[in-house]
Amino acid sequence: MDHKLELKQLKQFSYERKPIERGYNNRTLYVNVSDQEIKEKPVTEEMKEKFVGGKGFGMKLLWDGTRPDTKWNDPENEIIISPGPVAGITQYPGSGKSLVVSISPATDLPIDSNVGGYFGPYVKFSGFDALEVQGKADREVIVYIDGNEGSVSIDQIAVDTDDAHLISEILTEHYAKDEDDKRNISVVSSGSAAKNSYMGVLNFSFYDPRRQVPRMKQAGRGGIGTVLADKNIKALVVRFAGTKGDLNNSYDYDKVARTGLKLHREIERLDDSLFRMRQVGTANITDTMDKYDLLPVMNFQYGSHEDAKKVYANEFRDNYLTQGFPDGCWYGCSLACAKTADNFELLTGPYKGHKVTVDGPEYENVAGLGANLGIFDPQYVLEANFYCDTYGIDTISFATATAFAMECYERGLINQEHTGGLELKFGNKDAALELLHQMSRNEGIGVQVGRGVRRMKEYFAKEFGADPVLMQDIGMEIKGLEYSEYMPKESLAQQGGYAMANKGPQHDEAWLIFMDMVNNQIPTFADKAEALHYFPIFRTWFGLAGFCKLPWNDIFPENNKYQEEAHKIPEHVQNYVNLFSAVTGKEIDMKELILQSERVYNFQRTFNVRRGYGRRKDDMPPYRSLGPVTKEEYESRAERYDGQLKELFDVDPATMSVSEKIKMMREHREKQYDTLADAVYKRRGWSADGVPTVEHLQEIGMDLPEVLAVAEENQ
Amino acid sequence: MKRLVKDEKVCIECHRCEETCAHAYFKTADIGKARLQVERNRQGEIDITICTQCGKCIQACPVLAISRNPKNGVVYVDKNKCVGCFICVAACPLNAMMRHKDELEPFKCIACGLCTEQCPTQAITLQEVEE
Repeated sequence: MDHKLELKQLKQFSYERKPIERGYNNRTLYVNVSDQEIKEKPVTEEMKEKFVGGKGFGMKLLWDGTRPDTKWNDPENEIIISPGPVAGITQYPGSGKSLVVSISPATDLPIDSNVGGYFGPYVKFSGFDALEVQGKADREVIVYIDGNEGSVSIDQIAVDTDDAHLISEILTEHYAKDEDDKRNISVVSSGSAAKNSYMGVLNFSFYDPRRQVPRMKQAGRGGIGTVLADKNIKALVVRFAGTKGDLNNSYDYDKVARTGLKLHREIERLDDSLFRMRQVGTANITDTMDKYDLLPVMNFQYGSHEDAKKVYANEFRDNYLTQGFPDGCWYGCSLACAKTADNFELLTGPYKGHKVTVDGPEYENVAGLGANLGIFDPQYVLEANFYCDTYGIDTISFATATAFAMECYERGLINQEHTGGLELKFGNKDAALELLHQMSRNEGIGVQVGRGVRRMKEYFAKEFGADPVLMQDIGMEIKGLEYSEYMPKESLAQQGGYAMANKGPQHDEAWLIFMDMVNNQIPTFADKAEALHYFPIFRTWFGLAGFCKLPWNDIFPENNKYQEEAHKIPEHVQNYVNLFSAVTGKEIDMKELILQSERVYNFQRTFNVRRGYGRRKDDMPPYRSLGPVTKEEYESRAERYDGQLKELFDVDPATMSVSEKIKMMREHREKQYDTLADAVYKRRGWSADGVPTVEHLQEIGMDLPEVLAVAEENQ
Repeated sequence: MKRLVKDEKVCIECHRCEETCAHAYFKTADIGKARLQVERNRQGEIDITICTQCGKCIQACPVLAISRNPKNGVVYVDKNKCVGCFICVAACPLNAMMRHKDELEPFKCIACGLCTEQCPTQAITLQEVEE
């Protein structure tokens, strides 16, 4: 099939190609699709000092490019993709991440979403530390960067589909000079449902030479794909031929390579006996989560299910996932968690009967699309995963929003008349898939589900008279973003990790549930509060430098358990310190690493404040995330809850009604969350209302006048 | 297929094999760049690292830069395709895929046999071995 399409170049911009200097190009690329302005912007020493790169650069450019009241669909909203100074090294596993930043349609806040695939590193090798896209095109356009030619263009091409797996394939074919050149192309696109929902993703492609197909990773959270569609951008495409081992021109390349090789060997030695990332990817933890009662089942009501075994990791490994392939999403990732099901035959939708390559399932997709909807069917999980990706829908938000709609249906808050005949019961996989297809076609109740939990709560109350109080308790969103797929009900640390996250309840900032509930590494209240300071800050750093978090804690050396702070995995932290220093030539230590992060973390919080949020009220979780809302939930864990009440209040649960017990438990848990928030805000250097204090901002060096002014005005 | 075969018992550690190899492929006297290595292991015994052309590295390479020549069975690294990730180095069960601090790509024995011609004791020989 010949995919060379007719192309009309609307605008072209040439730039001088220069080698990267110790991880930095010292310039970013700005493209405005409204007036077709294309230009370079300098990266100053101050910008590197205060923001490092990646998400830091994204947040800084977004702050400068928008007003405090810019809405997600205003032309001045931006999408910034930035890979970070270390990104692009090919020796250390997980070193190709890009951070994408925009004002989110879901939260009205700056969102950040990290993603693999080749786009970020190729943009960097093409000469830019970030790509900043602004404006809204009057017709559908493609932004194309050719890193070998030193050319950026705004192109018009008639691509006859809105679905990402086809867009990636067609544009890879179009922009590649020949078969061999396909690996040098990366396409960023959303999908047909992205523009009809507030949960659109960006699909980042990377060409798989073995399968001879572009595969995709997603910048999933917060609806950035919706913003791309709103800007009338069909795709962002980069071409860069010539990837080699040290295009970063590292200060100490040998140290980079040695550190990488050390981790490769650790993975080769230990992965099969630890998390089996290379066999089953992140879905390895489905089994553990179920066994520890932490798997979200039926809209986070329960933490395990007797049928969950049907979607355990080995079911996918044995029946679907191709084994033994080097499935990294950037070169050099020997942890290789990007598993795929090849020749997967679809059973529904417009591609019914097609045999496709499906990436995944990630744990989130098994837990969300599967368990949280009460569907324990691996074939369905993969099919829903495929359609989410190609339609450009965030699997996590889709899953949590659908789980909410299903519970509303089961509890009679909405009925079949409201759903247009769809029987939205837990376990109904046909209904779940139909919701997705509706989102793509922009019709039916699927459109409401695609707006997310917060909007559904308003809509169901207003249009269908559904009980707003109950919906507030069971709707798993904070700040407008849907919860990711961990059951935080019994983990105080994870409750805080979700609720006090800057962008909304996504686990990447504070995935504490495993160390809290499985490994029992942060047992006391003080431990948890400290963890809620350290880990969000530490984990932010990955997105500044250009790293993936998984090779930090989804593999660890044999002697880790003997280390003083084993849960921090000290040897791997030292690897990161070494890599940053070796690439940039700026010697940092652990303390400086945390400080780098703390600056950006507090900047982002202040950015929230600048937009009228970032207060304690914005960090309030729905009660479902803290404890049992309903009788059924209480009874499913009666022994645990009764025991706690007895111990805490010296009462005899046998003499109390379930609703009395729920009430007593709720008062306790809400108070406990409040106490935690007090401790965490204080530890983070924030006011009791959650606003960073001027003194703290000055102390950590986030002392830009415009940032201090916002903090001062809002104390 | 042709490949190196070693007999550590007769090795006298003259390192001529390494010198020959490093000179042939990297034009250097630095034997760290030889595609085979003669060292002492932790027990103090002579340990010759050679590639058996087993091909485990082929599957480990993300960019298909490593392949087996169908004619002679030898496994080659295509430096032009290689992105220098060194996953193959860790994947090699014999440590026969080499890395040197000055090189962006890994390198390995391609069974040319130059070293065997210099070996005074036949500690390494080039032999036809059944796959």
